Amino acid sequence: MKILVPIKRVVDYNVKVRVKMDGSGVDLTGVKMSMNPFDEIAVEEAIRLREKGAATEVVVVSVGVAQAADTLRTAMAMGADRAILVQSEESPEPLAVAKILKALVTRESPDLVILGKQAIDDDMNATGQMLAGLLDWPQATFASKIEKTGDGIEVTREVDGGSETLALALPAVVTADLRLNEPRYASLPNIMKAKKKPLETLQAADLGVDMGRRLTVVSVAEPPGRKAGVKVGSAAELVEKLRNEAKVI
Amino acid sequence: MTERETMTFDVLIVGGGPSGLAAAIRLKQLLPDLAVCLVEKGSEIGAHIVSGAVIDPHALGELLPDWRDRDSPLTTPVTDEDMYYLTQNRAFRVPALGLLMPHLANHGNFVISLGDFCRWLAAQAEQLGVEIYPGFAAADVLIEEGRVAGVLTGDMGITRAGEEGPNYAPGMELRATYTLFAEGCRGSLTKTLMARYALREGADPQTYGLGIKEVWEIPADRHRPGHVVHSFGWPLDDHTYGGAWLYHFGRNLVSYGFVTGLAYSNPWLSPYDEMQRTKLHPLFRPIFEGGRRLIYGARALSEGGLQSIPRLTFPGGALVGDAAGFLNTPKIKGTHTAMKSGMLAAEAIADALAGKEAEPVSYTARFRSSWLHEELHGARNIRPAFAKWGTRRGALYAGFDAALLRGRAPWTLHFTHGDNEALAPAASSPKPAYPKPDGKITFDKLSSVFLSNTNHEEDQPVHLRLRDPDLWRPVNWDRFRAPESRYCPAGVYEVADAETEPRLVINAQNCVHCKTCDIKDPDQNIDWRTPEGGGGPNYPGGM
Amino acid sequence: MTALVLLDAEGGSILQTSRSAIAAAARLGEIDALVIGSPDTIEAAAADAARIPGLRKVLTAASDAFAHSLAEPLAALIVSLAPSYDHIVAASTAIGKNALPRAAALLDVQIIPDVMEIVDAETFVRPIFAGNAIVTLRSSDAKKVLTIRTTNFDPAPAEGGSAPIESVAAPAHADTSRFVSEAHSESGRPQLETARIIVSGGRGMQSAEGFKILDPLADKLGAAIGASRVAVDSGFVPNDYQVGQTGKIVAPDLYIACGISGAIQHLAGMKDSKVIVAINKDEDAPIFQVADYGIVGDLFTVVPELEKALG
Repeated sequence: MKILVPIKRVVDYNVKVRVKMDGSGVDLTGVKMSMNPFDEIAVEEAIRLREKGAATEVVVVSVGVAQAADTLRTAMAMGADRAILVQSEESPEPLAVAKILKALVTRESPDLVILGKQAIDDDMNATGQMLAGLLDWPQATFASKIEKTGDGIEVTREVDGGSETLALALPAVVTADLRLNEPRYASLPNIMKAKKKPLETLQAADLGVDMGRRLTVVSVAEPPGRKAGVKVGSAAELVEKLRNEAKVI
Repeated sequence: MTERETMTFDVLIVGGGPSGLAAAIRLKQLLPDLAVCLVEKGSEIGAHIVSGAVIDPHALGELLPDWRDRDSPLTTPVTDEDMYYLTQNRAFRVPALGLLMPHLANHGNFVISLGDFCRWLAAQAEQLGVEIYPGFAAADVLIEEGRVAGVLTGDMGITRAGEEGPNYAPGMELRATYTLFAEGCRGSLTKTLMARYALREGADPQTYGLGIKEVWEIPADRHRPGHVVHSFGWPLDDHTYGGAWLYHFGRNLVSYGFVTGLAYSNPWLSPYDEMQRTKLHPLFRPIFEGGRRLIYGARALSEGGLQSIPRLTFPGGALVGDAAGFLNTPKIKGTHTAMKSGMLAAEAIADALAGKEAEPVSYTARFRSSWLHEELHGARNIRPAFAKWGTRRGALYAGFDAALLRGRAPWTLHFTHGDNEALAPAASSPKPAYPKPDGKITFDKLSSVFLSNTNHEEDQPVHLRLRDPDLWRPVNWDRFRAPESRYCPAGVYEVADAETEPRLVINAQNCVHCKTCDIKDPDQNIDWRTPEGGGGPNYPGGM
Repeated sequence: MTALVLLDAEGGSILQTSRSAIAAAARLGEIDALVIGSPDTIEAAAADAARIPGLRKVLTAASDAFAHSLAEPLAALIVSLAPSYDHIVAASTAIGKNALPRAAALLDVQIIPDVMEIVDAETFVRPIFAGNAIVTLRSSDAKKVLTIRTTNFDPAPAEGGSAPIESVAAPAHADTSRFVSEAHSESGRPQLETARIIVSGGRGMQSAEGFKILDPLADKLGAAIGASRVAVDSGFVPNDYQVGQTGKIVAPDLYIACGISGAIQHLAGMKDSKVIVAINKDEDAPIFQVADYGIVGDLFTVVPELEKALG
């Protein structure tokens, strides 16, 4: 089984982003960038499947700017076998990324695509589902467990109020949720080895995909701050307000 | 216990600040085939760097003569500068600054983000083939047969209880013929080395400062790129060394900060609150009105100067940069001195390699005959004069020493005790009345720490420990009323149940790695050990 | 303009989150609701949907394939109905987030998830960077596919309407995914991330023993239990209770903070809650600056009183 793991280079999760004073976007100059944490989980899962003998090769791919090559190296330092960078403008939309990935799937013929459930920058939570739709493959989103069965996989998904397990025929698309695993640290020797693993660079245009944007940013704002409310004198008064004023109980 | 992996290099450098990076670059310039590895505990180069900073490009010009053609971040030349003596409501500009304080003259210098500068230096080093690994903390020194043989990197994935967690990865041995320690002020391994090789013998005790910094974005009409302001006097009393800086740089950015000399005696003093309230002074307040605060950080610095520099070499390695204490305190600059020390150490390593010597001894001689020594020698009496005679008389002496004697005084003033010995009992010390944060110009500690992007993996052993927990109550609490809760700029130390059964709560996760607790704790009972690599602040570009 | 709103039903009744999606879609024009399910549950759910006021009609698609709302048949169904609609809308629940992006891709549309405000028929507001920035987006797609962040829209009423019910055929689809089993959260309490109500404790709980005082209140409200970092660090509760910058980011309808001072690191994890209640004995605690309702008092008295007052 061959696994394709699409990963995204995003603002590091420890960094507090700030909106530019002119409201044109988020200020990303000099900000630390890292692999999207959910994608790190996807990479880890793919490597574990290979280590268990359920997979033979793990190929990581990123669609984005040239520096995404660093992110791909990190994935290879964790254990991915090789990498493909599809160069494009910064932060393409999920639909365009799904189309690029579809083109790569045609070329690489993986049996399974695992990717993070969402990127922590645009929080779209869409690329996996969109890719599955375009490929007409089955999908299992928000995975907390993946197991290889005879001719397919069983995936446990996190759903509202619990979990459910689905059986998917291969090929399939799975998106990783937080509890799927705890990613390993890349060791120094593996970081050095990763520098020598193959990394192929393509241009989005070479794959014949229209990267045109469907969404235009009108403005970006700071979230509205909360204001202090009222102090209430007693528990009874609080219950009354929660019932009749806020209507939340 | 899993077997540790080993990697071997010719030279290993611990710490990715200006001294370590300059040493790495110089080594590869001298010996291009040398295997040079640099490890940095921050998640990336620059993540743990805090400085003003105004940089004197002297050392940079020696290291990379064509730096102007390399798209460097030295883009804001200093245009004009003022030094003020403050009283609570007034500011007196020091006249004829260039004459009275010639060491301060900033002509030809640049206002920079030292973090951005280090990121740039790292890129230059990588081009020369230096292997740079951020996110790896050197946790212990490897010493074999009396010689430093490298370091052990910290284990990753150890749980809070000290057990191997699910993603446990053992640290590894990084071995090298020579190891340079470029950890910055009060490095945790440097401390070990100083004890092991008695490096401080014959040197004055080191004296430190705590620098706390904010970066602000201010309205364009108030921004004067290249304008440099320093102040001394209020709000500190005459016996406490320190003052504020304010540098305009970049695109509407202002670097503001405050250094408090850690030899202060009043246990109620809070460097954080001194820094906050100084922003309310009429000299500074108008700058901040209508602006917004972007970044916050803090770091201790070594202020002792020449008298406090320890022996620099030992078998298998050397100390460089602020780990040794090369800061030029009166000049308020340490980047060029740190870089120069790294370059000198690199040259000494080349000598030692050629002569197959265990200890790069020529470093000391190279230092003594360099402009670095001359510069520090000229400045040597100024900081101790403040320690001896207080701020006002110290400043007078400084003018006399610098302007009239030109640093060539036939005497040398000394430091007599460590900063940890300076505290007076809480009961006999006055409590300063610090204003409450207004949420516009002044802020509480935790919302400040929030802007340092500090994080530590939660499930790991606490990296700040009391060597003897029983000492806290009688010493820190009974005598000094927990000064750590005030000098820590990150809210790591809190006293719980103060009214009933006081106990110390250590919120190690907030730690910005400034090292002040390791310095100032009265009985040196707080031991700062390096946490899991990649932890700590994540200072963004502009810091 | 006409919108198709996908509704979630549980045990034959339409969920409140779906009624919030209807309230949002009402700003776009006429609304048809889509109810899916297995043949034996669909009637009750459809009847419940028809009682929601303001619907033009309720479409029902009954099939065993819909019993567990699998994304593949559901997306195919939406695509088959799409030609009649300008907007396709669902609540941002596990089902909507699973199926709508797939349907959008099949329609060659870029989905807009987690809409918190509808400016006009093509302009929408949504959070990015975990809510640390809010973006207004204009879509140039001919059709819009949206999921709705339900806490931003008061739900449409459950009663008062009588929309006609019409059944539609489910298109054929490949049988490549199959439901195996499901499990509900073990504790009987909802999970923090998805709970509608959270009761949370901080240092003021004093001990692991003290923390248990929150149990009866949470039981009565059907709430999840959270904690601040100090409470976790002090060992009152395990790590996975932690709400905040380094813990879980939550946005329930109601967040009751007990003995939590409100350090910014904690606020970062819960400031998007719809209603915040603070109970703290320190009236200067920063938590009161963000709380909609505050009680200054000893939580060991107030919390039991509150539980009692709920009846």
